[in-house]
Parts: sequence; C-alpha cells; structure tokens
Amino acid sequence: MKLNKTLVAAAVTATFALGANAQAGTLDDVKAKGHVQCGVSQGLPGFSNQDDDGNWTGLDVDLCRAVAAAALGDASAVKFSPLSAKERFTALSSGEIDILSRNTTWTMTRDTQLGLNFAGVNYYDGQGMMVPSSLGVTSAKELDGANICTNTGTTTELNITDYFRANDMSFQLVAFEKADEVVAAYNTGRCDVYTTDRSGLAAQRLKLENPDGHTVLPEIISKEPLGPVVRQGDDQWFNIVKWVHNAMVNAEEMGVTSANAEEMAGSDNPNIKRLLGTEGNFGESLGLSADWAMQAIKQVGNYGESYERNVGPNTPLKLARGANALWTDGGLMYAPPIR
Amino acid sequence: MANRNNAGIGRLIYDQKFRSIFFQVLVAVALIAFVAWIADNTLSNIDAQEKKKGFGFLEDTAGFQILNTLGTAITDYTPGVSTYWDVFVTGVANTLVVAFLGVIAATAIGFVMGIFRLSNNAILKGFSTVYVEVLRNVPLLLQLFFWYFFVLRAMPDARSRIQLWGEEVGINITGLYAPAPQPQEGFGWVWLALAVAVVGGILFSNYAKKLQAETGKQLPVLWTQVGLIIGLPLITYWVMGSPLEWEYPTFNETGPIFKRGFGDTGLVLIPEMIAVWLALSLYTASFIAEIVRAGIMAVPKGQSEASSALGLKPNVALRMVIIPQAMRVIVPPLTSQYLNLTKNSSLSVAIAYPDVVSVFAGTALNQVGQEIEMVFMMMMVYLTVSLSTSIFMNWFNGRIKLVER
Repeated sequence: MKLNKTLVAAAVTATFALGANAQAGTLDDVKAKGHVQCGVSQGLPGFSNQDDDGNWTGLDVDLCRAVAAAALGDASAVKFSPLSAKERFTALSSGEIDILSRNTTWTMTRDTQLGLNFAGVNYYDGQGMMVPSSLGVTSAKELDGANICTNTGTTTELNITDYFRANDMSFQLVAFEKADEVVAAYNTGRCDVYTTDRSGLAAQRLKLENPDGHTVLPEIISKEPLGPVVRQGDDQWFNIVKWVHNAMVNAEEMGVTSANAEEMAGSDNPNIKRLLGTEGNFGESLGLSADWAMQAIKQVGNYGESYERNVGPNTPLKLARGANALWTDGGLMYAPPIR
Repeated sequence: MANRNNAGIGRLIYDQKFRSIFFQVLVAVALIAFVAWIADNTLSNIDAQEKKKGFGFLEDTAGFQILNTLGTAITDYTPGVSTYWDVFVTGVANTLVVAFLGVIAATAIGFVMGIFRLSNNAILKGFSTVYVEVLRNVPLLLQLFFWYFFVLRAMPDARSRIQLWGEEVGINITGLYAPAPQPQEGFGWVWLALAVAVVGGILFSNYAKKLQAETGKQLPVLWTQVGLIIGLPLITYWVMGSPLEWEYPTFNETGPIFKRGFGDTGLVLIPEMIAVWLALSLYTASFIAEIVRAGIMAVPKGQSEASSALGLKPNVALRMVIIPQAMRVIVPPLTSQYLNLTKNSSLSVAIAYPDVVSVFAGTALNQVGQEIEMVFMMMMVYLTVSLSTSIFMNWFNGRIKLVER
C-alpha cells in the first residue's frame, strides 16, 4: 500500500504538481494558507517524532516552527507531513511541502541534480555502525563478511558500500524501506550490523529489546551534514529558511534565549539589536516583519536550547554537543553575521 | 436567399450525425491540448529546476550494494562497476523469479485447496474453508510481515544452523544454504539434449494421438515423455564425462564469534525471498481455491453420470470430461490472479527483498532523482509482464474453450 503512495507521489510530480509550483512565491503561498507545510521523518526520536499526545517535537521540528514563527508570527502554524526517505524529495519538488526538515544529508548530487537547495546545516552527523556486544567486535575493520541492515533511499547504502570496498571486505546489505523494519530485523538477528547516521543509531537503539547490549563502533565512515531543504528557484523562501537557522545560531552565540529575548531587545549591543529587529529592518529584505528573528527565538528558542531539549545529554538520546557546539566552543556551528 | 442559408445551418445543428462527429472532434482536440499542456508544463518545469532529463543515467555506474540473489548472479553485480541498467535488470530478474515461483506454488496450493473444499471429508473441507477465509481476508502487507518475522524468529541465529542434509544443506536466519551447481565445459550439450527430449516428447504425443484416432491403439505417452526428458540429458551427462561440479557451503564452528556461521560459498536462498514467496503464494492460493471450486461446481452433474453411462472409468471421466469443462470456467479468472500476484510482488520492498521497485524505484531513484523516466520504466516492466501473462493465458484459454461447430 505504501508503494502505491510513493508511485502516486512520483506520478503526481510527473504530471500536475510540477505545473503548479514552478513559479516562485512560497512565502505568499504560506501566508495565504496560514501555515507552513513541513516534511518530517516518520518518527526519529530527538529529530522529528510525535509524543503521546500527537505533538511533533525534535530538532528538525523546531526549525520548522521557527520558520513559521518568523514568517507568520506563530510557531504553532505548522502542519507536518511524515515522509519516508524515498518519498521526501518528490514531496518537496511536487510542492506538497514547503520545507523538508527531515535529517537530510547535504550532498553535491542532491544540491545540483534534484532541483533542490540546502539552506544550512542544523546537525553535523556521521554514519556509524552498531553491533550486538556479544559478537565481541571492537572495530569496523573486523566486519568482513557481515550481514548489514539499513534502509533504502539514503546515502547510507553508498557510504557503507564505499567503506567496505575501500577496505576490501565483502558484505551483504539488507535494505528495508522503513526504519521500524530495520530495527525489527536487527532485533531478530537477521543482521550482525545496523548502520545509519550516529544520531539515528542513538535514537533507534532505544527501540531495541535490550538497548544496553549493543555497541556503537568507533569508526565514523562519512560526513553527514543534516539540514533543511527547499525547492530551487525561490530565492526569497530559501533566504528565509537559511536566515532563520542562522538567527538561531547567532542568538545562542549572543546569549539570547527564549526567556530573555524581550529584554535583550533593549540591549546596547548593536548586534543583538539588529538580530531582534530594534535596529534596522532586516526582516524587510526577507519579505518579513522586523521582529522575524525575535518571534522565532521567543517562541522556539535559540539553537542551543533546541539542542539540549531534543537530543542533548539530558535526553534519552544522550548526544554530547561534539561537532555541533558553537565555533567559539570548538565546534562547527558558525553563522554569518546579521548586518 | 438569406432564409435558405439559415435553414442550412439550422439543418446542420439538428443533424444527428453532424452533431455527434462535431462533439467527438471537440473532445479529442480538448484532450490532446490538455495532454500537450501538461507535457509542456512538466518539461519546462524540469528545465526551470535545472534537473537532468533523458535516459543517459542508465550508463552511469551505481555505487551501492544489492543483496545476493538470482538477479545479482545474472548481472554479476559489483558496486562501482555495474551500471544503473544492471541495477534495473537485477531488480526485474528478482521480480520475475518470485512472480514465477509464486504462480506455480499458488496454482498448486489453490487447486488442492479448491478440491478439498468439495471433499466429503469433514476435516479436509473444514481445513480448506478456514484457510480460504483467513488468508483472503487479511491484507497482504500484514501477511508479508507475518511470514517474514515468523521465518526469522523460527530460525537459529547466524552462528548456528539446522542441518537438513548433512554438511551439504543447512539453514539459519541468514538463509538456506545448498551446494551451487558449477557447469563445466561441455554442459551445454546437456541443455541441448533436454531441448531435443522436449521436442521429441511433443512429436511422440502427436503421433500417439493420430495413431489412436486411426486405429484406437493407445501408446504409453506420459511414461515415454518422462523417460525421454529425464533419460536423454542423463545419458548425455554421462557421455560428456559429468561436466558439472558442485560448490559446497562452508560452516565455521570455531574461531572468533563473529567469524562463525556460514561462509559465502554455495547457493543461498535468502529469508526475504522465502517470505515473499510464501506470502504471495499462500495469499493468492486462497483466491485460486475459490475459482477452482466454482469451476468444478459449474460442470453439471449430468456430465459425470453420462460419462459413467458410457462406461468411462471415474478417473478417465474426471480427466477427459469434468476437468476440461471446469477449466473453461477456471482459466479467465485465474489469469487475473496471476496478474495480481505479479503486481503484488512489488510489496516486497517492505521486507528488503531486492525486487525492481526496491532497488530501482527506491535506491536508484534516490541517487538519480529522475522520477519521470524511472517510474515510466517501472510501469513498462509491469505492463510488459502483465500483458505477456495475459497473452499466454488467452492463448491457453483459446485452446481449451468450447469448440463450436
């Protein structure tokens, strides 16, 4: 049944929808319908996941909410479309969604050949491997001849193949359509190894029968810069998504949080005043109001708040900041200035 | 003068033939314009998005691994060397093999269950009734998951095995391992002998029919055919000096834990394929059982009574009178079931069986991103397979249908 959905989505792209969305004006569409349609995963704790009450939470979800707050002044004006890895680009290019915020890796092929634009990186990830501790494997170099489970339609298939080819090892790749089946199959022992992004391993591990009985191997075999994606050909919307993310990172660097944003607006620091719209009108050039970043930060929070709330050490995922710390703390999070 | 002109147009409007042609042309023009508009829109939008067009991507190399199956064996699939065309062929081969095996198994199980349902034996009848009602009322995707995880949970883990036939055939969660035949030089003759035997069998049966029609003498057709088809290749095999070697599966019981289990030699039947095959054949068989039951019940009782009145033995009556008539009812809906089974095989993407939808419309589509071309190819595959099945079954139906003179 899922197949049909994918095929229909693709067929729709092939015919009608492409006709409708070629022209720019995603912002106008969003304002007209009153919400941002956000493509997310089908359930990846910490990044985009539904809680028991059906509310979406996560790092990727927060970005969509911040965009909605900036564009519409209301962080709750977001509707979510859960998408499989395979459906996601078709959904975006067909205009079914306005922004794809679904732990999607930025690669050259995707940026140049799919008619898409990556608006930044909101999580620096890398592909890793998890094995049952009972196998006694301590390094990925020992995995010659392994059965490896993963899901289709991702860069993980390419990365793992490249790694094994580079190390001259043989392996079998069992590729499922959805992560849930990968977890179930790995649980039964069909595969010795589960490979996906390390953030994904941390999240999926929670679903295993015995989360502590599994080891994540030290090798990081790929660069996986995950970020939000928009359609090519609409620079205004591209800029909005890009600068909402930059504003969240800049806010953390300047110490602006959701709690103190209102009072910081009266600060003497011109950088903070420009960010929060009390000096100059940077929102205008995006087609937004002057308090665009103010709304995003007040309603959603800065990047660090979002990180700690969703994936940080105090969450079940227990992911340290690592590469995702601010550049001032030795990490890679670095946003161009607002001026 | 003007009046006559008006009258001409008026007559045209009320002319039924003119009116119907006029509207048909109107609809046709509108339809063509609509399709052209969509095509033009699509093309200009692909250009606007700066996406690639055309089928050139089929020559690019594909960098991802595909699970070892018949398809990868056919294309000798190697990541980084094989092209997207090889990926396509691999997927099509995997789809075809599971559809073909599924059709055979579904037909066999379906006929048995259909006959059971008409049996006087309460146990057989009850069993087949439960079988049909349960399997045809549960969605296929759920059955697929059920069989897959049932198969996985039932198997020993990757470090142990169940020995089915000594060291040669074993099974565990990673698959069923058996010796792989390795044809050596000269094995081609054995295939040739088989072809000769098949043709010979057909010629012999034609001759036997003719002989019976002319003289009433009966020849042992079936046994001669079996003898030919088995015997001739076997003799050729011996004459050529046994040009077939076997590659046996290996099993490591010692060493580091990770290295234990089956090695990568021998023939492997992966659990994904077993599950897809099981689910597709059992599900479709429940429909075929009902078709078979309907077919047999459609033959009036008078036919068997007449046969016995003519002195035919019961098994001859069944073979020569009842079944040929039942087949006329059975074959057309059976064709639809075969088509359904083939199309349903595309669900196997859910449990990692590398069929054409999984590897081509899934992994490859995600790397290449040309939805229109790739989904088009996908639709062509199913269309070709379905139409071929239809043509064959229609031919078969034509052969067995009531000959009206």
